Amino acid sequence: MHSFAYRANALFTFGVTILAIMCVMASLSDNLNTPSPQAEIEVLNINWFQRQPNGNDEVSLTLNISADLQSLFTWNTKQVFIFVAAEYESEKNALNQVSLWDAIIPSKEHAMFWIHTANKYSFVDQGSNLRGQEFNLTMHWHVMPKTGYMYADKKVISGFRLPEEYK
Amino acid sequence: MDWQGQKLSEMLMQIMLLVSAVVAFVAGYVMSSFKNMLIIYAASVGITLLTTVPDWPFFNRNPLQWLDPKEAEIHGVRVQKPKPQPQNTSKKPSKASKK
Repeated sequence: MHSFAYRANALFTFGVTILAIMCVMASLSDNLNTPSPQAEIEVLNINWFQRQPNGNDEVSLTLNISADLQSLFTWNTKQVFIFVAAEYESEKNALNQVSLWDAIIPSKEHAMFWIHTANKYSFVDQGSNLRGQEFNLTMHWHVMPKTGYMYADKKVISGFRLPEEYK
Repeated sequence: MDWQGQKLSEMLMQIMLLVSAVVAFVAGYVMSSFKNMLIIYAASVGITLLTTVPDWPFFNRNPLQWLDPKEAEIHGVRVQKPKPQPQNTSKKPSKASKK
């Protein structure tokens, strides 16, 4: 049997197979890119620092976040998700991570930026361990490709300390 | 479509798709645009479809040489006389006219 439908089916099958191979190659071509992202975070101000009625410490910060993530973008990058987390150690938990701010970068043109902002999500501890607490601010990024595997990386900026007293 | 035409059609289809995939990938990579790669590839799949799927005249340059009924009888092939068809014409008389 060699009919119109047979030929159309053969073409479609072969075409889709090739398309899958092209997608795999596009994904592999990302390995040719060596990203060198830059990120800096400063704490400009402690806006307030208090103990909530339920006993948990809460602090509000003003952050200055600047980053150049353009090198994460290749032709196969759909978007990049970034978030800034405060990370510290307490008696109960070896690692606490509190997400303070996040953003989605849709394209390379938006990948170099700086922003002056209060924390978007509240910085609340499980308990009252924040007084005098040393913490890191870490910028995490998750790169989402059009085809292929997602990957994530981070940059840790350390050496921050909260005040000893509530204010 | 005759035998040679079928071979030509299949070969054309495979070569055209492979070449267009290479062109689309290189163009997309050079232009850093995944979208352009898909557009180029989709366009070439469309062109390939129009070229190789319909039964164009150039796929029928080598028509099958059927033996004459008389000659066939000489070679010992029994030729059936076409039976007189009833009024019911739902069944097509012959399939040999196509392909």
